[in-house]
Amino acid sequence: MTLDIKERALTGLRRLRVRRRSQSSCHGSGPTAASGLPTLVIVGNPNVGKSALFNRLTGARVVVSNYPGTTVEVTRGHLRADGVELEAVDTPGMYSFLPITEEERVARRILLSESSYLVLHVVDAKNLERMLPFTLQLIEAGLPVVLAVNMLDEAEAAGLEIDLARLEQELGVPVVGTISTSGRGIDTLRHRIATTTASVVPPRTYDDKVEAAVSEMEGMLKGEYRLSRRAVALLLLQDDAEIEQMVEDAEGDGWGSINEFLLRLRTGRARSLGYTISMQRQRWATSLVRRTVLASGRRGRNWGELISRVTMNPITGVPILLLVLYFGLYQFVGVFGAGVLVKFLEDTVFGQWVNPVAIQVVEAIIPWPILQTLFVGEYGIITLGIRYAIALILPIVGTFFLTFSILEDTGYFPRLAMLIDRVFKAIGLNGRAVIPMVLGFGCDTMATMVTRVLESRRERVIATLLLALAIPCSAQLGVILAILSPHPRALALWGVIVLAVFLLIGLLAARVMPGQRPSFYMEVPPMRMPRLGNILSKTYARMEWYLFEVMPVFIGASVIIWIGQITGIFQALIRLFEPIVELIGLPPQVAAVFLFGFFRRDYGAAGLYDVHAAGGLSGEQLLVAAVTLTLFVPCIAQFSMMLKERGVRTTLAIVAFIFPFAFGIGFVVNALLTAAGWQL
Amino acid sequence: MDLSDDAQEILERLWIHSQEAQKDGLPLAEDGAALDEAAVRELADNNLVRAQDGRLELTPDGLPEAQSAVRRHRLAERLMADVLDTSDPMMDESACRFEHLLHRELEQRVCTLLGHPRVCPHGRPIPPGDCCRRAAKGGPQLVAPLSALKPGRGGTIAYLNTQEPRELQKLMSMGILPGMPIDLIQDFPSYVFRLHHSQFAVDKDLAGRIYVRLAD
Repeated sequence: MTLDIKERALTGLRRLRVRRRSQSSCHGSGPTAASGLPTLVIVGNPNVGKSALFNRLTGARVVVSNYPGTTVEVTRGHLRADGVELEAVDTPGMYSFLPITEEERVARRILLSESSYLVLHVVDAKNLERMLPFTLQLIEAGLPVVLAVNMLDEAEAAGLEIDLARLEQELGVPVVGTISTSGRGIDTLRHRIATTTASVVPPRTYDDKVEAAVSEMEGMLKGEYRLSRRAVALLLLQDDAEIEQMVEDAEGDGWGSINEFLLRLRTGRARSLGYTISMQRQRWATSLVRRTVLASGRRGRNWGELISRVTMNPITGVPILLLVLYFGLYQFVGVFGAGVLVKFLEDTVFGQWVNPVAIQVVEAIIPWPILQTLFVGEYGIITLGIRYAIALILPIVGTFFLTFSILEDTGYFPRLAMLIDRVFKAIGLNGRAVIPMVLGFGCDTMATMVTRVLESRRERVIATLLLALAIPCSAQLGVILAILSPHPRALALWGVIVLAVFLLIGLLAARVMPGQRPSFYMEVPPMRMPRLGNILSKTYARMEWYLFEVMPVFIGASVIIWIGQITGIFQALIRLFEPIVELIGLPPQVAAVFLFGFFRRDYGAAGLYDVHAAGGLSGEQLLVAAVTLTLFVPCIAQFSMMLKERGVRTTLAIVAFIFPFAFGIGFVVNALLTAAGWQL
Repeated sequence: MDLSDDAQEILERLWIHSQEAQKDGLPLAEDGAALDEAAVRELADNNLVRAQDGRLELTPDGLPEAQSAVRRHRLAERLMADVLDTSDPMMDESACRFEHLLHRELEQRVCTLLGHPRVCPHGRPIPPGDCCRRAAKGGPQLVAPLSALKPGRGGTIAYLNTQEPRELQKLMSMGILPGMPIDLIQDFPSYVFRLHHSQFAVDKDLAGRIYVRLAD
């Protein structure tokens, strides 16, 4: 299903865990197979077709579901090969055995802890030279390895001929050529997986000096490890903190002399031993590729490459970005999703069918009016809670996720990331933050969770703040576009103000927050024609996450609002709010909009819509209300996600800043409009 | 000026002591180890150093001579580490012997070959020479950082100029290692390059770490 694993890894999908429908509960956080079956761990660089291969091997018997928590986000499925039953594990992409990002750490932890397994290393046939060093690391680790040389079709199109038999002979492990999208080579792969059990002796790669250090280190290791001693020794020599911790725990008293040995190796070195080891490994890979890959030199410039250049060149890339925004966001999400679809669902489906029936049924079975209002009252669970959820949010969020998935599948986001990196650097982020930021326009709650892919804590905090402050979610966006579109000048001003706040606060946050300047690096995968199956499954996965994670919070919020209503607490809170609302030039009934807006962002936006529909607001007031509501404290779902991801202190600090700031900006905008005497 | 090896070593120590550590005068004897007397005398005879209160310091004449000695030493280290791929501690020894062979003409050629590096493999600054200043004005180059290349140009990676282990690891994990062929595709707003059949985007900082031996 998935091709652009790079992006996939960067999005919420990573947190979505595939499990079989028959297994109703989660497996616990450890990566050990719950089924007791031997496991097949699929590893490899991002963007080599791992997940597509996973789906080919396991069949389409998997569903995507969310797995809460911060530990493991891996995909599991069953696989039958020549009568042998295995549990296959798809891991996040990793570039090498030495992890840099949290995702790579997750992937390696599986390799370090999973018992009784076989490793399927998936590589891109076009880039063998770059990927074979990792194969070597796996073989060195003493793991039984099968190598899948994937995307053979693309390699052939690039004029490369790979001698797979020779490669297998030199590596000593089974090598199978595959095309995961078409299924070529899958049966052979299945067979080789079933018949491979043993690890092999790694080929000789390093010079005498490295070998001497490795064997001395090996001799000092006495503990029990999943990996071979040689692999542990090599990792130690490469200054890996996590491995050092592991060895310290395993060796006990022996650690002292090991650490001393390491320190002695390090002192006075110009180049880390890790660098030397990587160099020698690469040299081995390069020479192996020379012996096994024949390049015919034919490398035509294809359409994908041309489109790629056009999207990356700022002169053409920026207009393309604007077109994407206009058609993808404004026309499809705003006009079609928030307009046509919402109108149909609100007026026809709920207005004519659901609500009348629900009211009748509830009134017939529940005799007490106060309980009736819980379900079908002004703020009832069905008439308001579910109606908003299904008729208002679902079409807007759904169309947004569809657009997002299409863009993701083509490989557009890495290009957007490189275009925007300089701007993001100014606000303390880097191009990689493009994924959570764009996702925020769909659902800020999901985007807050996805900030996890950012490298440093500083970046994660800044991104969380900006998401909470200045990125309107699709529900808000849809309604704001709808109510401001009759006032084009107000709409334009709203855009300018929110963008200015985004940049200004980003700039300030980057100054105030201590920490290192982030660096930007990203693989830019080839532009590919999006596949319908991929798009649908990604959209479906996100929709499912949204429905099961965000929606229950919203339904719960409906109950809180109901309780607040009947106890009179809300009325009191609204009265407290009213003077503030009047201070920024809005009629008092907008106070309720803000309060509800916290419990559900869409309530706020939709409430504003209701006030507007009743003819209560002028263009200027709409602008002030839209700006304040956009900046105002995030919804309760996002708030709880912030607590979970960033902790109480950071979250409260962010909220304490946003609350007065949003109203302050509202006040200033109102004052300026009044002073200038503008009619919008 | 032809100085003995020991005299040059003292000059280098004086430079590091006074210019980089910003301290006054090098003690003639410290912790029981005294500076080589003959070498100190040689330097003093050439009016490069003077002794005061048991401390040695550089004269105005000695300053450029010391700078040049430091430059040669660190260039030699760079050459050992990056091009000849010598791993230390062998490097230090070879560099010491090599630096004395680098007279002015050769020094500039080596510097050009290396792409006018700014720091030695240990991360200490290499004082710039005339050739570096000319190169900055657009003279011919053999090795240049990726960030200085024009789109469409390329070559093979000569070395990675970074002391940051994390940064080095990032670059290495993408397969960016000496000897790999590299082509720059785009240089604004980010640097996009091709490495074999993959493309990567990096910012200016990272692009400045990748030194490329230019193809003709």
